[in-house]
Amino acid sequence: MNRDLPRWIDVGVIPAVNILLAFLVAGLVVLVAGENPFDALSVLVIGAVGYEEAIGYTLYYATNLVFTGLAVAVAFHAGLFNIGGEGQAYIGGLGAGLAALSLDGTLPAWMLIPIAMAASGLFGAAWALLPGWLQAHRGSHVVITTIMFNFLASALMVHLMVNVLIHPGQMSPESRVFAETAWMPFLHEMLAGVGITIARSPLNLSILWAAVACVFVWLLINRTRWGYAIRTVGANESAAVYGGIDPKLVIVGTMCISGALAGFVGINELLGVHHRLLLNFTAGYGFTGIAVALMGRGHPVGIVLASLLFGALYQGGTELDFEFEGITRDLVVVIQGLVILFSGALAYMMHPLALRLWQRFRPEGGR
Amino acid sequence: MTDTWLLAVLTLDATIRVAAPLILAAMAGLFSERSGIVDIGLEGKMLAGAFAAAATAAVTGSAWLGLAVAIAVSSSLALLHGLACITYRGNQVVSGVAINVLVAGLTVVLGIAWFDQGGQTPPLSQAARFAPIKLPFADALHDIPWLGDLYHELISGHNLLVYVALAAVPATWWVVYRTRFGLRLRAVGETPAAVDTAGVSVELLRYRAVLITGMLCGIAGAYLSIGQSAGFVRDMTAGKGYIALAALIFGKWRPVPALLACLLFGFLDAVATRLQGIELPGIGQAPVALIQALPYALTVILLAGFIGKAVAPKAIGVPYVKER
Repeated sequence: MNRDLPRWIDVGVIPAVNILLAFLVAGLVVLVAGENPFDALSVLVIGAVGYEEAIGYTLYYATNLVFTGLAVAVAFHAGLFNIGGEGQAYIGGLGAGLAALSLDGTLPAWMLIPIAMAASGLFGAAWALLPGWLQAHRGSHVVITTIMFNFLASALMVHLMVNVLIHPGQMSPESRVFAETAWMPFLHEMLAGVGITIARSPLNLSILWAAVACVFVWLLINRTRWGYAIRTVGANESAAVYGGIDPKLVIVGTMCISGALAGFVGINELLGVHHRLLLNFTAGYGFTGIAVALMGRGHPVGIVLASLLFGALYQGGTELDFEFEGITRDLVVVIQGLVILFSGALAYMMHPLALRLWQRFRPEGGR
Repeated sequence: MTDTWLLAVLTLDATIRVAAPLILAAMAGLFSERSGIVDIGLEGKMLAGAFAAAATAAVTGSAWLGLAVAIAVSSSLALLHGLACITYRGNQVVSGVAINVLVAGLTVVLGIAWFDQGGQTPPLSQAARFAPIKLPFADALHDIPWLGDLYHELISGHNLLVYVALAAVPATWWVVYRTRFGLRLRAVGETPAAVDTAGVSVELLRYRAVLITGMLCGIAGAYLSIGQSAGFVRDMTAGKGYIALAALIFGKWRPVPALLACLLFGFLDAVATRLQGIELPGIGQAPVALIQALPYALTVILLAGFIGKAVAPKAIGVPYVKER
C-alpha cells in the first residue's frame, strides 16, 4: 500500500501527522475538562525542560522508557508482541535488589554494581523465557502469556515483599536500604566530582547504560547474523526455516533479550533512585514502552526520541497537578493511549489520503 | 455443622458476586474473538462502562440511564476497536492496548474535572443503583434448614445485573450455536474467505460481533460501579477484564466452559479474600497474593497444553483482505 509513497513521507510525515492527531485529541480532552489546551501545553513544556532540575527528571524518566521501548522493539522485529515488559521490569528489579541485598556487605562497588546489573538482566530474561518457550514449542500466544506473567510478577512481588523481604519492624512492604556500595552514582554527584555543578535530580549513570543498550540493539538487529535471523523470522517464519534458521531458537532467544532489556529498568529505579526493594516501582513504564516502540518505529534513534518526548510528558505531567484545578498528570496517560491508538492501531489510516495527495501534487521528476 | 454450611453458602454467594462481571466480560469477549477479532480491550471497555454508569447515575439519579450510557460508551469504544481492526486492518493487540491505556487515563481526567473528588464519582443513593432483589418467599423460607440458607443467601438477594450475567450465558450459547448469525460468526472466525464467498459481508459481521462485545462490557462495567458498589473509583476493574479474557481462553472460547472458568476464578478470589490475615496450620500467614494469582497460572498451564489444549479460532488476529 505504501510502496508508491516516498520514504520521507512514509517515515517522516505520516508518523508526525499521527502524533499531531493524538495531541489534537488530547487538546480536546483538556477543553472538555474545562481548561485551556495551550496553557496546559505550555505548562507541560516548561515543566519538562524549562529549568535544569526538570531536564534531569525528564532524562531520568526517559532512561526507563529507552529500556522498555527497546524491549518491545526487539520482540517486534521477530514478529512477537511482548506486552510483558512491565512484569519483566518488575522481576528484573527483584534480581538487582536481591543481588544488592545479599552482597552489599562484602563486595566493593566496582564489583557489586556490575553484578546487580547482570542480575537485573538475567531475572528479566528469565521472566520472558517461559512465555518465549511456550510460544515456540507449544504455540501458546505470547501476548496472552506475557499478560498473565505481568499479573504473576505482581502477585509474586506482593507475596515476597509482604511476607519475606520486608524489613522487620516496618509498616510498609519495603526491604532495608542497600549499602551505599550498591548505589548507582547520581549524575550531579559525578559531575560535582570534576567541578561541574548541575541541579540535583534522580538522573544517574544508568542513562549511559541505556545509551549502550541502544547501540547494542542497533548492532544486533542490523549488523549481526542473529539480527538477520530475528528479522527473517519476523518477516516470514517459513522462509526462515528454508534459510536454515531455527525459528524456535530465535523466538526464545529474542524474548530473553527483550526481557533482559526491560529488566534493566530495575537498575535505574532501584540501584539508581530508591536504593531498596519496594512495590510498584515499575509504575507503568512497561506499557509506555509499547507507545515508545510504536512511535519510534522500532528503531533505536526513534526510540530515543520517543523516550525523550514521553520522559518530558511524565515530568511535565507532574507540574499539571500544581498548576491546574481540573487536570492532573493522568492527562499524560491519555496522551499515551492516543499515541498508541494513532501511531499503532490506526497507523494505516492516513496512507490512502497521503497517497492521493502525493499523486496529485508530486513534483515533476519525483518518484 | 450449620455454621460450616452457612460459611460455604456465603463463600459461594461471594463467588457469584465476584464472578458476575467476569461472566459478562467473558461472554463479551467470546463474540469478538469467535469472529476473529482479538480483544485485549475488555478491561478498558469495562472501566469506561463503570465510569459512564456511575457518572450518569450520580448526575441523573437513575440507575437505568446509567446502564444505558455505560452500554453506549462501551459500544463506541468497541466500534473504535472495529474501525482500527476491521476497516484499517491495524494490529488488533495494539488497538486493545490503546483502548485500555486511553480509558485508564480518561476516566481519571474526566472524573477529576467533573466531580473534583480525586477521580471518584460522588457516592450514589440507593435509587441510583441496582438494589438487591429479594426473590419471592426468601424470608418465609429462610427458616427451612439447609435449603432455606441456600435460597435466601445464594439464589435470592442479588442485584438485577447478576441475574443478567447468569442469563447471558444461555443466551450466548443460543445465539452462537442455534442462530444463523451464530453460525456465520463461528465461520467468520475460522475461514472468513468461505463466508465472503457465500455472499456475506465479513466486515459487517465482525462489526456486529464487536458491537455485542461492547454492549456486554458496558453492562459488566455498570455492574461494578452501580450494582456492586455505590460509585466509581479509579482503576475500578483492577485486571478483571484480563481475568475474563483468561477465563474465556480457559473455557476454550465456549460459553458454558467459560462460565465454569469464571466461577472457578471467582471462587478462588472469594476464598483468598476470606483467608486474608488468617494463620493456616503449617504454612503461617495464608499466601493471599499467590492464591489470587492462581487464575493466571492456571491459564498459562492450560495454554501450554498440559491440561487439554485451548485452540483459538483459526482466523483470530488476522485482518481479512478481500482478494482483488
